[in-house]
Amino acid sequence: MQNEPKVFFKKESARFIGIGLVIFLIVQFLINTNLLNSFWSGIIFWGAAITILALGLNLIYGFNGQFSLGQYGFYAIGAYTAADITYRWTHGDPSGVAVVLSGALLTLVCYVGIAAFLRRFYRVTVMTQFTFYLLGTVFSFAIAVLVLAQPLGRLAQTILSALPGGLSQQIVFFIALLGGAALAGIVSYLFGIPVLELGSDYFGISTLGFTIIVKVLLDNTDTILPFPEMKGARGMIGIPQWTTWPWVFFSLLLVVMVMRNILHSSIGRAIVSVREDERAAELVGINVANAKLLAFVVGSIFAGLAGGIRAHDLAFLHPQSFNFIQSFNPLIIVVFGGLGSMTGTLFTGFVWIILLEGILRDLPTGYETWRFVIYPLVLLVMMLLRPEGLMGRYELPYLRRVLPARRKTEETEPEEVPA
Amino acid sequence: MALLEIKNLIVAYGAIRALHGISFHVNEGEIVTLIGANGAGKSTTLRTISGLQSAESGQISYNNQDITRAEASAIVQRGLIHVPEGRRIFAPLTVRENLEMGAFTRKNKQEVADSMEHVFHLFPRLKERMEQTGGTLSGGEQQMLAVARALMAKPRLLLMDEPSMGLAPILVEEIFDIIQEINKQGVTILLVEQNAHMALSVANRGYVIEIGAIELEGEAHDLAENPRVRTAYLGGG
Repeated sequence: MQNEPKVFFKKESARFIGIGLVIFLIVQFLINTNLLNSFWSGIIFWGAAITILALGLNLIYGFNGQFSLGQYGFYAIGAYTAADITYRWTHGDPSGVAVVLSGALLTLVCYVGIAAFLRRFYRVTVMTQFTFYLLGTVFSFAIAVLVLAQPLGRLAQTILSALPGGLSQQIVFFIALLGGAALAGIVSYLFGIPVLELGSDYFGISTLGFTIIVKVLLDNTDTILPFPEMKGARGMIGIPQWTTWPWVFFSLLLVVMVMRNILHSSIGRAIVSVREDERAAELVGINVANAKLLAFVVGSIFAGLAGGIRAHDLAFLHPQSFNFIQSFNPLIIVVFGGLGSMTGTLFTGFVWIILLEGILRDLPTGYETWRFVIYPLVLLVMMLLRPEGLMGRYELPYLRRVLPARRKTEETEPEEVPA
Repeated sequence: MALLEIKNLIVAYGAIRALHGISFHVNEGEIVTLIGANGAGKSTTLRTISGLQSAESGQISYNNQDITRAEASAIVQRGLIHVPEGRRIFAPLTVRENLEMGAFTRKNKQEVADSMEHVFHLFPRLKERMEQTGGTLSGGEQQMLAVARALMAKPRLLLMDEPSMGLAPILVEEIFDIIQEINKQGVTILLVEQNAHMALSVANRGYVIEIGAIELEGEAHDLAENPRVRTAYLGGG
């Protein structure tokens, strides 16, 4: 509350971004000189995508206290959406770009209108809200598909084909990542309105259900859903491999900065205080439902972005890789790094993938399956030795927040006072 | 004119009715107390006023505006602050951070800093504990923190639910002194208490609530003399 010297704050930002850029240049140099072969650079890209995914989950679970197993569902939505946009584009069909972009924009406009409309009534039930927003979404995408797809698609094609090929490809990739993130955000908003109202455990189970639904839909993209190019349970092939280190790095940097600024603002205080005590948060004037929804949507947008990045690195998507068992991966990373520690997630995200997919893949012949012995053991030992996570409450100076992270409950429970 | 007016308020938890249509009012500048036994509906009344619980029917008007169905967060912004039963402080946050959270709805940093100064003047012990986490405070200090946090929101009307619960007699005295002090500084107070003796000694007026209905009302000193109140709530004649 005291006037904090602004200069200090800027120095921390400059140092953080500066060090980040140095790392960026070093890795880029290693890739260019082939010191980092394509296997290891792929591991690093994967690590970054998983880190973005886990940062989103940390916002939802670590900072806002809503236990979610839905992160992989949004990751899948982002991956398939982005992949579909670029797949169609490279096959001469610009409608993907047009539909997702115009649909998302229309939905946003619709949501703002619906929110303003619903605000005129007191205590609208969540199901009523959900119905309104769902209709708004369906309406927006119907217009996008039926009316706007053709003309906007032609327009996009005309504009982009006038540009040099490399540039137009980068623009399409940007739109694809944006579209994947936007769709994940829209779905999380719709899903979050009725479901976030539930308590934390019930919410967790519902999100597990969500991930399973997404996986089942992806299994049937060519039969139930009208997307033959996704090829259902056979897996989607032919996605352009457009993910490069600059895309990976700057996406991660953007996510870290956005998340950090949210957490440092008063919205961030609202999000964290909801985790600590919903009732108390309500009593100091925080709109608990909005705080939860905001954390959930932003976290899911990160997941969608991570999905797009991963899809265009792997160039192949299979529904099986979005199985709900996978949704424990970001959870492990977040708990491992420390619930409510961005630094922890940043560190653990990379370490986890490097360890699990890099080092443990290189076990000597005859010992390959030991991978599945070593990594559960790491989990066990870790949880026994450092239950508060690798970083605990530590944050890098740039990321340090006003509110401390979650502490062990034993220390925090107030004494029980007899009435 | 009444700052807070409750008309025929009915509240139910599922099929069970907690309040069977109660009506009362609180004038600006008063201390009004609701006394009654466990389960009479005192806390439910406060929770409904502050928007934590929704009313089935009836009307709550505050400052001549109907707030019956307003959101809890919107009610806080109007200066109607609830100090809940069992304190509900943020245990992992420090005393200072708890107080800052209390001022969540206020934007002017200078005013918030002034409020903090004022609160520390009222509760010097909290100033000593400023960097300690809320969960490590004693019961009495936690209660003081809960009141202090409410004051950080610059209340016009303070709803206090059982501020004396679980406190040693000497701390009860201290809390009630502070309640009177806050009231002198212009904050209207609606006090719910089981300790009817203390509550009636500081209040201007009081209401006796029994099984979800108002049974008696009047000036605090009249109620304290009332034979029914004396036998039921003040420990015999």
